[in-house]
Amino acid sequence: MPTNDNLVNPRPFLRFLSDAMIERIITEARDILSKLGIEIHNQDILANLQGHGAKVDKSENRVFLTDAIIDAALKTTPGSFKLYDVLGNETHDLSGYNVYFTPGSAALNLLDGKTQQIRKPVTADYVNYAKLVSVLQNIESQSTAFIPCDVHELISDSYRLYLSLLYCEKPVVTGAFTIEAFNVMRDLQIAVRGSAEELADKPLTIFSCCPTSPLKWSDVTSQNVVDCARCSIPVEFISMPLSGFMAPVTLVGTLVQHTAETLSGIVISQLTNPGAPVLYGGSPAVFDIRYETTPMGAIGTQMIDCAYNEIGKYLHIPTQAYISLSDAKQLDAQAGLESSMGATLAALAGINSISGPGMLDFESCQSLEKLVLDNEICGMTLRLIKGIQPKEDFPALPRFEELLREKHLLISEHTRKYLAEEMCLPGKVIDRANRTRWQEEGGLTLVERARTEVDELLGKYEPSRLPDKVKKELTGIMLKEARRCGMEKLPEILI
Amino acid sequence: MDLLKQIAMALQCGDSDGIGELLQQALDNKLAPKEILDRGLIAGMNVVGDRYKKHEIFLPEVLLAAKAMHMGMEKLKPLFLKDEVVARGRIVIGTVQGDIHDIGKNLVAIMLSGAGFEVIDLGKDVPPKKFIETAIEHNAKVIGMSALLTTTMPIMKKVVEGLKEKGLDGKIRTVIGGAPVSNEFAAQIGADGYGYDSVQAVDCIRKLISLS
Ligand code: B12
Repeated sequence: MPTNDNLVNPRPFLRFLSDAMIERIITEARDILSKLGIEIHNQDILANLQGHGAKVDKSENRVFLTDAIIDAALKTTPGSFKLYDVLGNETHDLSGYNVYFTPGSAALNLLDGKTQQIRKPVTADYVNYAKLVSVLQNIESQSTAFIPCDVHELISDSYRLYLSLLYCEKPVVTGAFTIEAFNVMRDLQIAVRGSAEELADKPLTIFSCCPTSPLKWSDVTSQNVVDCARCSIPVEFISMPLSGFMAPVTLVGTLVQHTAETLSGIVISQLTNPGAPVLYGGSPAVFDIRYETTPMGAIGTQMIDCAYNEIGKYLHIPTQAYISLSDAKQLDAQAGLESSMGATLAALAGINSISGPGMLDFESCQSLEKLVLDNEICGMTLRLIKGIQPKEDFPALPRFEELLREKHLLISEHTRKYLAEEMCLPGKVIDRANRTRWQEEGGLTLVERARTEVDELLGKYEPSRLPDKVKKELTGIMLKEARRCGMEKLPEILI
Repeated sequence: MDLLKQIAMALQCGDSDGIGELLQQALDNKLAPKEILDRGLIAGMNVVGDRYKKHEIFLPEVLLAAKAMHMGMEKLKPLFLKDEVVARGRIVIGTVQGDIHDIGKNLVAIMLSGAGFEVIDLGKDVPPKKFIETAIEHNAKVIGMSALLTTTMPIMKKVVEGLKEKGLDGKIRTVIGGAPVSNEFAAQIGADGYGYDSVQAVDCIRKLISLS
């Protein structure tokens, strides 16, 4: 009989690529960056790269990245970083196989809770969203999940960050739509932290910055990378090769392109500020040639996500992906299956920041009801990756003596001690009643249960503990920005 | 099979080489270029569009056909008389100012030229003035605008209003597309049409042009 009571199992995990394959993909990506180069439509960045010895073709805004330049960038890229909430408490350790969920960001529409029809969201919707995220236990950060349409479009990206910082304490995954918006979004964060140095020490947000497939950076998004790097604001690179359309049809070919685009982002960031925190992220998709769409729920899409995460890990860079979301239009079985397949694969693969909860319709529609359901999916996957570990299970004999003696273990000390962590009991949105009880309690559908749960959870919301003085300062910054765009005041918010 | 049918067939198969030879034969047989275009190439392309909608063929096949169409047009163009309308109309297309999403717009542009329209593609980040000036300068019938961001949708309205100010509404039609826009939004800003994918965009523009 084994006597080793310290037996532990490894965390369950998933791998698609061998080390040799990863090395080959990186080599091919480097080859592309050095021979075909990458287009960067930003003169300052091109000049900076040229200053560091890169060959630049000015007429095409193309720069050729040598191994030396890429290696130098990789050498200074942090292998991990932490996030802190608005109060300055550590919430995320983005390293190793740690996994955190964040809602899908920047939706165009909201699926209205009552009508379950899409509409453009307004400030009140955003406030509800931020309140909901603050009580959802398995979603550790907010994202600026959609764009309220009752403010001027020029401030719509900074405005959602403002609302997030006001109503929810969790750190924020966000992004700017223009070069100018970055400054306000930085100032809002500095107001929360007290100084630029504090902000650099304790990152509060992650900015999504997207290269344009194939092999290109726009002026806006590359400048966003530079501006973030300067302030040590973490960046997630969101390369979006579309397999079979704007990228090779094969998963490996798509991975080569994703690697090249992401490496080029790392170079831009590290050249600006060596050591600036980044996530090796993305939102690739296998293009659907029947509907001309970019399905996030496709198994191919999700496999690419998990695989580039392996490449990121191989390079010792924390990772991100848009993976636990669905292309369904409503909260239906497709929404559940695609989101949970993605969340499960992502968690097993150890993607550090998993984006997606709440999102439907090709990253274009957020739903609070889906967010509540997805919170359960996240909870289940977080349980999954804790794996199966013995908890005072060996030797087994005493427990079975107890069971036979007492006829059950419901009130056993062992049961009470380990029930919560072993069982992972979901919220009420997951139906586990027997049929009669389910019927007697109204025979509610998933959407109805989720709807009720949203209201109940909103009732549990506690206002953010960010000091009032800071909240006022945030409002001052936002109001100034609104006035610059000709808005006399901000939409009224009923707290 | 008659030659025009063979041309339509070759087009459906995306057989660019075959089209070249068949067009030559048709011209040798003294068929009018306009007839070859309408009853050969365009007839073939219409079938391609229908089959795509029915899920019988997919985007790659449609693009192959569009490529063959383009080749055929290039061959026929010089043979048209001066006052004869070569293409089905000229269309100015672009992604609106502040927006760099051009994948969908590019696809629509390819399909339009594949369907026999003459397309002037202004690229991305296009200011309202540029749309209007180019359309006037090139006597275009339609302006097609793409926007993928909530923040850039309002630019479309500026173009529609700009045309109105110049008394060009009704003369130059406006069609919009992209994930954040919809039929309702088109109606709201006074655009003449909305298209949800590339093949349907062609249908929509074809209808608009036949109205004018
Ligand atoms: C690919 C993509 C990108 C690529 C674009 C590459 C390129 N060359 O276009 C990159 C990575 C560069 C990118 C960048 C950004 N993106 Co983007 N992107 C997408 C994504 C995933 C798919 C778009 C796409 O190409 N679809 C495939 C094509 C074929 O479909 P389509 O564009 O819809 O076009 C079809 C129809 O709409 C129609 N159509 C289109 N145009 C026209 C025109 C006419 C006249 C007609 C008739 C029809 C028509 O026919 C087309 C063919 O079927 C969308 C998600 C989505 N649901 O759309 C986000 C999305 C649009 N992006 C988004 C964001 C936030 C950004 C960034 C701001 C991110 C950042 N912070 O850096 C930047 C934009 C910077 C800027 N100022 O423009 C948000 C929009 C948020 C909002 N509420 O406004 C979305 C919704 C994703 C998300 N939730 O975050 N993006």
